[in-house]
Order: sequence, then C-alpha cells, then structure tokens
Amino acid sequence: MTSPSTQWLHRARAQTLFEARMILRNGEQLMVTIIFPIALLILLSTTDLVDIDTAGAAKIDVLAPGILAAAMMTTAFTSQAIATAFDRRNGVLRLMATTPLGKSGLLAGKIAGVFAVEIVQIALIVPIALVLGWNPSLHGIVGALGIWILGTIAFTALAMLVAGVLRAEAVLAVANLVLAALIVGGGVIAPVAQLPDPLRTLALFLPSGAMGEALRGAFNAAGVPAFSVVILLAWSTALGWGVTRLFKWN
Amino acid sequence: MTCNNTIVTGAHDCNQRLRSDILHTLVTTGEQRSGYTSQVPLDSCDATAPALVVDDLVKAYHGRRVVDGLSFTAPRGAITAVLGPNGAGKTTTIECCESLRTADSGQIAVLGLAPQDRTLRHRVGVMLQDGGLPTGVRAVEMLRHVAAMYPEPVPVDDLVEQLGLESFARTTVRRLSGGQRQRLALATALIGRPELVFLDEPSAGMDPQSRHAVWELISDLRDNGVSFVLTTHLMDEAETLADHVVIVDHGRVIAQGTVPELTHSSGSTDGSAATSTLHWNGPADLPLAELLDQWEKMSMSAVAATGSLSTWSAEELEPGQYRATGPTTPDHLKVLTSWAAARGALLSSIAVNQRSLEDVFLELTGRQLR
Repeated sequence: MTSPSTQWLHRARAQTLFEARMILRNGEQLMVTIIFPIALLILLSTTDLVDIDTAGAAKIDVLAPGILAAAMMTTAFTSQAIATAFDRRNGVLRLMATTPLGKSGLLAGKIAGVFAVEIVQIALIVPIALVLGWNPSLHGIVGALGIWILGTIAFTALAMLVAGVLRAEAVLAVANLVLAALIVGGGVIAPVAQLPDPLRTLALFLPSGAMGEALRGAFNAAGVPAFSVVILLAWSTALGWGVTRLFKWN
Repeated sequence: MTCNNTIVTGAHDCNQRLRSDILHTLVTTGEQRSGYTSQVPLDSCDATAPALVVDDLVKAYHGRRVVDGLSFTAPRGAITAVLGPNGAGKTTTIECCESLRTADSGQIAVLGLAPQDRTLRHRVGVMLQDGGLPTGVRAVEMLRHVAAMYPEPVPVDDLVEQLGLESFARTTVRRLSGGQRQRLALATALIGRPELVFLDEPSAGMDPQSRHAVWELISDLRDNGVSFVLTTHLMDEAETLADHVVIVDHGRVIAQGTVPELTHSSGSTDGSAATSTLHWNGPADLPLAELLDQWEKMSMSAVAATGSLSTWSAEELEPGQYRATGPTTPDHLKVLTSWAAARGALLSSIAVNQRSLEDVFLELTGRQLR
C-alpha cells in the first residue's frame, strides 16, 4: 500500500500528462501555442515587417527572449483559459472533483500541464532561435528560469480567473484579444522603452511587460530588473487571491 | 436521523478491505453471479450505515427554495430512484450529496459520512447530468484516465465490453451521440469499484438497446451489493429498476416506497386487491349496469370478509369498447365473463392494467406543464 501523498502525486501526474496531451492534440491550441510563436520568431527576425530599435544589439538577441515570453503567455494564459472554460462548461471540473483526484489534484495537474507544454515550446523555439543567430548570455539562465516560473504562475492565475468567472464563449474572445493586445502593446516582444508614452509606463506595470523586460535582461547580460520581479510577484499574489475568491466550479 | 457525522476510527481501512471483498466479483463475468448471494457483510465498521441519509435538506437560489425540507433514506445494496418533474430539486439534492454544492441547512450522511469527507471520493461513483466529459478526448482514453485515479479500478476492457463501448472506443467525445456519451459517463462512474453510485438521469438520450444493457448492468451490480441513487423522470426506468422510489416535487418528498406500494390503490394498505383498470372488447351496447350490480353484490360479501368497501365504475368508450375501474380480484373477471356469456356475447379481448407508476406520479404532481 503506497502512502496517500504518493497516490496523490501519481494522480496529479496522470492529470498533468492528460492536460498536456489534450492541449497538444487540439488544432486551435497547437496553432496558438506552437505555430504562432515560431512563425512570429521567423517572420520578425528575417524580415523588416516590424521595425525594432535594438540599440546596437543583434535583432535576434532582442527578439528571442520576447518570443519566449509571448509563447509562455499563449500557453499559461490563452490556451489554459480556453481549455479550463470549456472544461468548466462541460462539467469536467465537477466530475474530476468527485474522483480521488479532487480539486487540489486537478489544479496541480493543470498547472503542471502548463509547464509541460511550455517545455515543449522551449524545446522547439530555442533551437530555431539559435539557428537564426541568437547568442544568449548563459549567466542569465537561472534568472530566466525563475522569471519563467513566476510569469507562468501569474498568467495561469489570470487564465483561471477569466475561465472561472466568464462564460466559455466570452473566454474564447477575451483570451485571444488580451493576448493580441499584450503582444502588440504590452512590452512583450518590443522592448517597453520603444512604446509610445502612456503605454510605456503602463506596460512596465503589466505582467507582460515585466516578463519581456526580465527575460531580455536575463539573456542580454544586463540582469533581471528587480522591478519586474516585484511586478510579477504582485500580479501572482493578486490574481491567485482573486481565483480563490471568485472561481466558480459550475 | 439514524446517522451522525461521527467518523468511526479506522473506518476507511475497514471499508477498503470490504470493498476488495465485495467488489472483487463486480463487473466480472456471469460465472460467479449465480452463486454469489452474499450482501454487504455485517461488520464492526460502518458498513451497516444506510447508503444515503438526507434529512431536512434546504437549498435556495436567489431566495427561492429549490430544495425545501427534503428527507429520505437510500438503503444499502438497493437501487433508489428519485423521481420528479423538471425543476423538482432532484439534481440539486444529488449535487449536495456529491459535495458539489453546499446545502443551506439540513444533514446528509453518505455511507455514514459527511459528503465533504475525502475518503468518500474513493467509495462513491458519480455520473453527472451533463456528462462531465472533455470534448477532445477519445472515449476509452477518458475511461483509462479516470481509471488511473483509483487504486484498484475495474479492468477497463471489461467495462468497455459490458457497456458496448468498443464501436466508438477511438471516437472523440465531441463526435459521440447522446446515448454513447451517457454510456461512457456511466462507465467512468463505475470504474473505481464504488460502493455507492449517484446517477443523474442515466439513460437520457439512450436507444432502447442501450437502456436495457445499462439497466441490466446496474441490476447486476446491485445484486453484488452496490448501492445506487438515481434521478429520473422516466417512469419505466423507475418501475423496472428501482427497489425504492422517492417522488419529489417542489423540493419535498411527496411519496415514497416500493413500486408495488406506490401503485397499490391509494390508501389500501391491508393487502386487499389493487385498483386496476379493465379493458374489454365485444358486441356494442352491453348492459353495464347489470355488471356493476353483480360486482357490487360480490363485493358486499367480500366486505363482510375483509371489511373494505369497493367502488366500481364502468363505461363504454366506443361502441364495443369498454373500460371499468375498481379493486380487481380473479372473481371479478369470472363475473365479467359469465355476465357476457349469459348474453351470448363473445369478448374478443380482456386486459387488466394495474395503476402504473405514471398514474401515481401524475396524480401526485399534477398534469400542468413545468
């Protein structure tokens, strides 16, 4: 007889693999989490479609961390919000809550499932970026890892908040629109300093801007700005609190 | 209330052992079925607590009481059907028992425990009204996934065979018909070898073949000691399946008992004849008054014996088509045929219909649409 905590881990692991499989098998989800960031990376780095002021650095060195941040947002936020909203509408959350998995195991499985999909994204995006000439500072890896985890928590919490409050159809719209807005004007891909003024200040306080700035800092040897870490911590806490207060299981 | 929420120390381990004893033969082949007679063994742990006790349950949404002082008990090893019109509070009650909703007041004991008790998640199977199945998953993949949540699940292939899931095993839930989804949802409710299963409208949307396969499986599991609480508004489902029927309306229990108890003529609890409807066909314009006279004389002598007075009514619906209602005994049929014979009338058919559960249900809940 295995211990209860071992059994819990076993169930949460099964749920994690299930969640990741469901995301990676769904055409729309694959589009937004895998194809979209890779296409964006290749398009922006090989064409002059969007002019990015790199302040003397190689264009790919500015772009690649931003694309990684954007990819993380597609999985942790857009894809997770949509998946959870439809699971909620279809009663999946309620059904799984009645099995030994329970709410805690379900939540753990969803979060770990997000990380699993992100690992797939990183495994695909990083080699392509390296081929395109990306030259990241290896000292930044630990800092980037911390930001990656913190950012994933903040955006997964935002996804749960949206999915747990709005109707599934509304989530579909909101999750895509917010993603588009943050990618264009949220300081993810284009550095915050390049945004027009009111947006520049705003983006610094957004989780998207914090993510983009922190990852660029980590990989460009400038280091992770403490301000970005504080912003991400604040968003994670606030959104996590919101989820526990407002999330409706049905 | 026979049950309180005290948790017997060690009850969980005890029940785990019980589960493997009782349910080892569950959903296996029919070989053991014939020789398998034992019910849940009486034990020192709470195996004797009723499957479900609901006591004075109240749940309101936006100030409207959907469940309003509802009480009933579902015995162990039996199928209890909660029958009621739409909006009667059936699903809300069941969801409170499944710990998916919290009651405003009242008490619930599931296998002797509070519904929130985490150990119940191993012992209770749930089939939700909306299925609870993700749309992108393949049918049997979902079943395997839910099986992974339990320490000793029923072999997936056995359930696949018994519920006929092979034909759509690799089809995604999105593409399944309503009845196929229901069968898959039932399989996920049974996969963990539950002691108690909640089924919310289990055979909705199923074709007749599926319904009968499902009813057979549920009856077999009941015979092996599994308890069921199901909601339905299908009379034949309750009539065929249920050991115990609880009729609910406006959030309250308005009648309960076995199907024979409920369909027995209302008020007669002395074991006398059930009220039945007789239909017969024959020549037109037979003198019904004489028949009623003869029946009444017969009943008068019966009154002396049983002390109960009977009332009969009869009418000719169409020329040659007759209907009579009253407490039917074999003697009433004898009188009917001799009355016809005395007039040289050949009756082409005689049918005796007991009051159906549907008659009882409509009497109790009224005929207005909800």
